[in-house]
This record gives sequence, C-alpha cells and structure tokens, in this order.
Amino acid sequence: MKPDLPRLLGLVGLVIAAGLLLVMPFGLGKYGLFILSQWAVMSIAAIGLNLTLGYAGQVSLAQGAFVGFGAYTGAILTTHGWPLIVALVLAIVLCFVIGWCLGYPALRVQHHYLAFVTLAFSTLAFLVFRNEEWLTKGIYGIDGVPRPEIFGLSTDSALRFYFVCLAALAIVSALVWWLIRSPWGRAFVALRENPIRALSLGVDTRRYILMAFAIGSALGGVSGVLYAPLVEFIDPTPFTLGLSLNLLLMVIVGGQGFFAGPYLGAAIAMLLPEWLRFAQGYYLLIYAVFVLALLVYSPTGLLGILDRYLTARSTRAASAKRAAASATLGDAT
Amino acid sequence: MSELINLIVSGCATGAIYALVAIGFTLLWQTSQTINFAQGEFVMLPAFFMLAAVNIGLPFWVGILAGTALSLLILGVGFKRIIVDPMLRHGTLPLAIATMALSLFLKESVKEFYSAEAQPFPSIIPNVDLHFWGATVSTQSLGVLALAILAVIALQFLLTRTSVGRQMQAAAQNPTTARILGIPVERMIMYTFLINAALVSLASLLVTPVYLAKFSSGETLGLAAFIAAIVGGFNQVRGAIAGGLLLGIVDNLAATYISTQYRAAVPLVLLIVVILFRPQGLLGSAEERTV
Repeated sequence: MKPDLPRLLGLVGLVIAAGLLLVMPFGLGKYGLFILSQWAVMSIAAIGLNLTLGYAGQVSLAQGAFVGFGAYTGAILTTHGWPLIVALVLAIVLCFVIGWCLGYPALRVQHHYLAFVTLAFSTLAFLVFRNEEWLTKGIYGIDGVPRPEIFGLSTDSALRFYFVCLAALAIVSALVWWLIRSPWGRAFVALRENPIRALSLGVDTRRYILMAFAIGSALGGVSGVLYAPLVEFIDPTPFTLGLSLNLLLMVIVGGQGFFAGPYLGAAIAMLLPEWLRFAQGYYLLIYAVFVLALLVYSPTGLLGILDRYLTARSTRAASAKRAAASATLGDAT
Repeated sequence: MSELINLIVSGCATGAIYALVAIGFTLLWQTSQTINFAQGEFVMLPAFFMLAAVNIGLPFWVGILAGTALSLLILGVGFKRIIVDPMLRHGTLPLAIATMALSLFLKESVKEFYSAEAQPFPSIIPNVDLHFWGATVSTQSLGVLALAILAVIALQFLLTRTSVGRQMQAAAQNPTTARILGIPVERMIMYTFLINAALVSLASLLVTPVYLAKFSSGETLGLAAFIAAIVGGFNQVRGAIAGGLLLGIVDNLAATYISTQYRAAVPLVLLIVVILFRPQGLLGSAEERTV
C-alpha cells in the first residue's frame, strides 16, 4: 500500500520544523532568540483565532485584545509576587468568560457585522488598558515583569525562556490537535460548512459558537501571559487594533482551517519583516507587496497552494486508475 | 447655547466628510462584497497626488484635476483590476485582508516616497468667521457641508433618475437577473469603483486643509467611515449620510461634554448598540442577500 502523501508531507514537515526549532536557537543572538520566542507566543494566539475563524467560521477582530488581557493579567500578578502559573490559570478563565460573552453577538449577527462588533470591542479594550491607570498604570506601563522559575530553574536567559515558549506552543498544539479530532472539532467544522444542516442534525449550534469563541479567546490569553515575561514591560501600545488585524492576517496568509496555517502565517508576519531589515525603510513596503501578491495569487493562503497541488495530483492519479480499469474492461469483452 | 451651535455645525461638516467616505464604502460592498479596509488611506492619497502635481509646477486648480484623474485611475480602475477581480470568487475575508495589506502599502509608500511629515494643504474655501446670535461659524465648515450635500444630491440623482444609475442598482441587487436582462454588470461594477474614487478624492480635498496631509491620517477616517456606514445602514446611500452626520455631531459633543479619555469610545459603543439591536442600521432595510 502506498503511503498517504499529505500525511507523509505533514510528518516530514513536523520533523524538519521540530529539528530547526530545537537546533537553530543555539546559533542565534539575543535579538534572534527574542524574535523566535515572539513567533512561538504569537503562534499560540493565531492557533486560537484559527479555531474560531478557520474551523468554526466566526470572524473575530478581537484576538489582540485577549492577548492584552492575558499580558496584563500576567504582568499585574507576577509583579505583585504571584507565580506565573497562577496568572496563567486566571488569564485562561478570564479570557474564556469574556470570549464566551463576546460570542453572544455572533448568535445574532454574522460576517461583516460580527467583524465590526469585535473590532469595536478590540478598540474599547485598548482604551481601558490606556485609561484605567489604577490597574494598568496607563501609558507609563508596568515594567520589571519577572521571568518565571520552572522546577527551581531560573529562566532569565533568553535561551531558556525561548524553550519555555516553545514548550508552551508544543502543549497547546497537542491539545488543539486532539480537540479538532474530537466530536467538538467536527461540530466546529459542521458549523462553518453549513450551520442549518448542523442544527438539523442535532448539533447545539448556539453552544458550539460560544465555545469556539471562548476557547479561541482563552488561547489568546495564554499567549498574552507568556508575552508579558518575554518583553518584561507591558504598556498599551502593542494591543491596539493593529495586533488583532495582524493576527487575522497570520491566519489567512498561512491558510485558514489548516492545522499548520497559523505557524506559517505567524512566521511570515513575525520573521519576514526582520529578514527584510536589510532593505531599511522599505521593509514594510516589501512585506505589504508580498502579502498582497500572495493573496491575489492564492486567496486560501500558503497552504492553499499546497492543497491545490495535492488535489490536482490525486485527481490525476484517480483518472489514470480509471483509464487503466476501463482498458482491462475493454479486454474482457 | 452658542457653544452647542458651534459644535453641531462643525460636527455636521466633519460628519458630511465621513458620509462621503462611507457612501463609497457601502457602494463597493453592495456591488462587489468588498470590505475596503484601505478606505481611509484612499482619502489620504488623493491629497498627495494633488500636492505632487502642484510641486511639478502645475497651477492649483489643474493640480486638483490631475490628482483626481490619477485617483480615478489608481484607486478606481487599478484597485478593481489588480486586487479585487482575482480575489472576488474566494469570498470576502481574503479580500478584506488584502485591503489591509494595501492600506499598509499605501501608507508606507507615501512615507518613503513623499514625506513622513505632515504637509500643509491649501483650502479651496476661504476661511472667514461668521457670527449668528452669538455663535461663531466658519465659512469653511459651511462650505464643506454645502459641497458634500451637493455631491450627495448629484449621486442620488445619478443612481435613481438616470438609466445608468438604475442599471447599477439592478446589478447590485441581483447580478444574475440583471445579466439576463442585458445589463453589462461588469461595467456597472467598474462604475461604482470610479464613483468611490471620485468620492474619496472630494473628501480628501475637503478634509486635508483641516487635518493636514499626512501618511497616517487615513486611520481615524477609515474607522469613522465604517462606523458611519453601519450605524446608518449598510445598503442605503441616505443611511450613510445620516450615519455620517450623526457620528460627526456625537463625536464633537462627546469630546466636549464627556471625558476626553473615553471620547473615542462613544462612537464604538454607538456602533455595538446599533449592530446588536438594529443590525440593518438606523435607516437601512434588512439585507436580503445571503452572503
């Protein structure tokens, strides 16, 4: 029996990526490690958004706000002496609840309207971060966010904290991998493909829409909790609408609804601008042109290109088989 | 009281500009399901085209015409042909992301190839303060309002009273039937892109003397236009006008009477409330097209 090509490609990709992510950091400087850690952290948020958008089909422009909630939870608690793991649990609960509530508009309105509700929510969250000085210290920001100790080991060095981020990414990936293969994941896809049919088959669409929002948002919170000790200084500027839009861009450019999409998308959004630094002032310009060209060429994202190639290949294989079969049938008669 | 009149008049002037931008935004949505996240940058750019034309030695009026022509060509024809056409079949979301990338591209281009500094821009309306019953109203506010209203009336006339306008409406409401009836749907969609380009050029001409020409000035304008379009009603020209004026006034009043810190929150709360309780907008009719 021939091995299944997509699965084989996925496995090879996974091995190469894991090898690179484990070996590459030893050759990188402090800044390189920072960018790579940031990629891991943003990938987690993008995975969450891919769950809400790519699998359940609910547009959200508020993922950046949830990263903000997570980051502020992490920064406020750890600077008051609490361990990071407490902040993590609290952030997950907080973002899950807020995400659940944000899902309610999705029960009433869809598509572009939902995009604008979440867009407004995102901007409101930014205003709260900026203006509620008693809690968030406003524009002055919270500095000196400590890096956590794990099993008695300090993670102050950039390399060690990178492995913390990578481990978190691995755990989240494994959980999400399991989730989308569970009945829940199938219900999410049913929701995206045909909500009315899903409802008539007895899927409680209301609950799953809210769940898709809540889980996606909770992952945004996880990403934020890691982001706080990574940058060690939290102020409102990273959590503008721009971050939400950037996360959405990661999901679409990577390929929405593909498991590997968010990792690729985050890599393009985080690493490509850095590689383009040699072009100085023009790097954002080149980046924008690249994203535009990619989307015009393949609106389903990077993995969409691969998917199209694989589909074309299996169609060819099937028609070759059919031709062979009809030839033998012809001999028999 | 006189302060209130000031605020309402200047709010109407800003609101009228929001309305122009919002109308273009809704036209694109109706005919081609394009959510243009670069709409704010589309308003920022024509002013730079006009400035560039003046810089190479053209007189101001010729510069305005040249800038508008260039906008029609690039923001109308170019935008549709190069970006919208290839992506339209694949749903609204990738296209929306592409317009986000486009907005980054336009901002960075202006920053790199023109200037990162705010540029002064001459006003086409002389600025004189008029006094009524103790209130001070500038001729600039009144002129902006008058020009915007004229533009909207002209557009409304085009859409409802001329054959081309009716064909455009038919193409927007039901492309398949329109095509069967022999309406060149593709050409009608192109017309709406040209109208959008003309509207943003006019908005640019009116708004830039007040806020200066700067690469980043489209951000707030774009957001205001979305909110105006949705609050008023996404599928109605008159809804966009009502939304724009309402937003302009509310924005101005909130800045004065509510905390300046949360000034920006007021339009957003308005947006959320309208979407949740009247998603078709204040003046809109329920959307029949299933998207």
